[in-house]
Amino acid sequence: MAEIVLLPKGKIGINVEAEVIRPDLMAGKPKAEIEGMRVWQGPVQLPLKEFFDVDVRGAAAPEETTIIIDGDVSRVKHIGHGMKAGKIEIRGPAGMHVGAEMAGGIIIVEKDAGAWAGMEMKGGLLQVKGNAGDHTGSAYRGSWRGMTGGQIVIEGNARSQVGAGLAGGQIVVSGNVENFCGMRQGGGLIVVKGDAIRGVGAEMAGGNIAVYGIIRQFSPGFVEMGREENPKVGDFPLEGMFVKYTGDYAISKNPKGLLYSKEV
Amino acid sequence: MTNIATVATVKDIICPVCGASCDDIQVELGKGEITVKNACKMGNAKFQEIVSTHRIKEPQIKQNGAFRAAAWDEAITRTAEILAKAKRPLLFMGSETSCEAMEVGLHMAEFLGAAVDSNSTVCHGPTAMGIQEAGRVGATAGQSKSRSDLAIYWGSNPLESMPRHMSRYAVYPRGYWTRRGRFDRTVICVDPRKSITAENADLHIQLKPNTDYELLSALLTLLHGKTPHPSVEDVTGVSIAEMEAMLKMMKECNFGAIYVGLGIASSYGKHRNAELAFNLVKELNSYTKFVIGALRGHCNVAGFNQIASYLYGFPFGLDFARGYPRYNPGEYTAVDLLREKDVDAAFILSADLVSHFPAACSEYLAQIPVACIDIAPCPTTMLSDVVLPGVIDAMECDGTFYRLDDVPVYFQPFTSSPFPFTASNEDTMLQIFEKVKELRK
Ligand code: SF4
Repeated sequence: MAEIVLLPKGKIGINVEAEVIRPDLMAGKPKAEIEGMRVWQGPVQLPLKEFFDVDVRGAAAPEETTIIIDGDVSRVKHIGHGMKAGKIEIRGPAGMHVGAEMAGGIIIVEKDAGAWAGMEMKGGLLQVKGNAGDHTGSAYRGSWRGMTGGQIVIEGNARSQVGAGLAGGQIVVSGNVENFCGMRQGGGLIVVKGDAIRGVGAEMAGGNIAVYGIIRQFSPGFVEMGREENPKVGDFPLEGMFVKYTGDYAISKNPKGLLYSKEV
Repeated sequence: MTNIATVATVKDIICPVCGASCDDIQVELGKGEITVKNACKMGNAKFQEIVSTHRIKEPQIKQNGAFRAAAWDEAITRTAEILAKAKRPLLFMGSETSCEAMEVGLHMAEFLGAAVDSNSTVCHGPTAMGIQEAGRVGATAGQSKSRSDLAIYWGSNPLESMPRHMSRYAVYPRGYWTRRGRFDRTVICVDPRKSITAENADLHIQLKPNTDYELLSALLTLLHGKTPHPSVEDVTGVSIAEMEAMLKMMKECNFGAIYVGLGIASSYGKHRNAELAFNLVKELNSYTKFVIGALRGHCNVAGFNQIASYLYGFPFGLDFARGYPRYNPGEYTAVDLLREKDVDAAFILSADLVSHFPAACSEYLAQIPVACIDIAPCPTTMLSDVVLPGVIDAMECDGTFYRLDDVPVYFQPFTSSPFPFTASNEDTMLQIFEKVKELRK
């Protein structure tokens, strides 16, 4: 086991982009080398040590390496972007694109995460203990295929476009979502324990969504299929009585999306 | 009226106000007076700017909180310094100037690793994003004028925002299927308000605000042979019977044209509304010919989208921090960059951001160095550190606008720049860029 501790040095002005903060890029490197890794601030590349005090405890393979970010990195973007192995623990809020395109390993954010967390994720686990911003686990703009695997767990609320273009994997939101959750979904599963505003499953053609709370503006292209008690969606068990819908008939004549809405 | 009788009328002038880019304006410019024919009220008001007393006539630099007159070279140098010294400047290319001036701004942003944006970021940006999601079946204004027998104004009110749209392009002209003009055309208006356009329409679909997505979705569901979820009547305030009637009119016309406004692009749902509207139009083409386009607010707001797309691949909100263009509305767009304090200087060409952006953005603009080019005092010039006088496109210099239907329109002036130091905003931009390059050497 090895630990790399990054301690943020004071307030960050213009947002920093630090996709080098990845266990599989930092594992086994000496302190000086990690300190010198380049991050972007606007059009300028600067060494990591401009923004963080670095402490390296041991050396190990990426799988055995944990990066601990001990503080507020809400103005640091792309942490763990594309990571394949290892673990990142963020003991504060994280900026945009945390865990975007990650393929393996674990990221835990103790507080809030910015927009685009877990964008087009392929594998691994991203857990946010606070709230998440817009586009959590969604596809890049203009793309129809988003997250293909892995798991995102949001313990607070998430905002709009959660899991847009979801093709595989699983997103569970304990709190509420806002608009267009599961937009253009083609596969995978989204579970929302709280309420949704509108557009749940809009333009979805496949996959499953379950909403425990109230959906304020129901998507018009969903047709009721019946009621099910404690249904199992894939291997995910739902608790309670759910109305099952198929859709979205607004986008195709033969959609395969399933929406479970809990009877309230 | 002394001079007017003696000055010649200049014809075929392009109006530099709204996206209609009317090309039949006639002007007579006398001493301190201008007479304008064919333009609507909005157009006429802008032509009066050329003789107005509040025109900015000399460069100004702010010193100890107050403006003082400055020499041109000093103001250009100061502007270039603001840009060259910034870590990450924002360049905002307003939509009331030529593509030629905007192009210099785009190249300058690339040179500086800056962010560059334009007015569509707060107007039809979501429409452009909808096109990226769904594609768009479009037509030139001329095609719609000649062919369409059904005009749908969705979330738009042209009688107030583009006064000559109906008469020049969409409703009143005679066309192939509409020999009797308006009598042979059907007009539908989709708007929560009873606007004057709605009053003049044959069918007014008065949906509840922010429910365009659900209405579009229900229309598509009907088109796919299913009955929409019954809650849609409550949500939108429109009965399914009304939706069916509207859809029937759409399927049975010879050529339908939807003109979307900010009711689609800037109500909740934004690019998702636009995207679904484009999908609806795509599918209506299985029944008849149908097209869709946006009523663009300013004369060249479409221009930035066009030239940014063909030069750098993205229609607005471009970031050059990494040397190549990146695009992500919500991250690199002007409002977000200012709100997030993610830029440290701003340069604004022909746009009044302070009046139109959220308060938090204006507050931040007041804290960072700002330089601008404008023709008249406005909140943005008041907040700036350097103000450069603007040249009025289509009146005092030539150049290119893109009309609402993305057709380029070359304009020629009827007089020349009133300033000895610059011939056009493009000229001013080139002078600033030269200086920036010198400073960054
Ligand atoms: S409709 Fe627009 S372009 Fe035409 S005259 Fe009026 S303001 Fe000018």
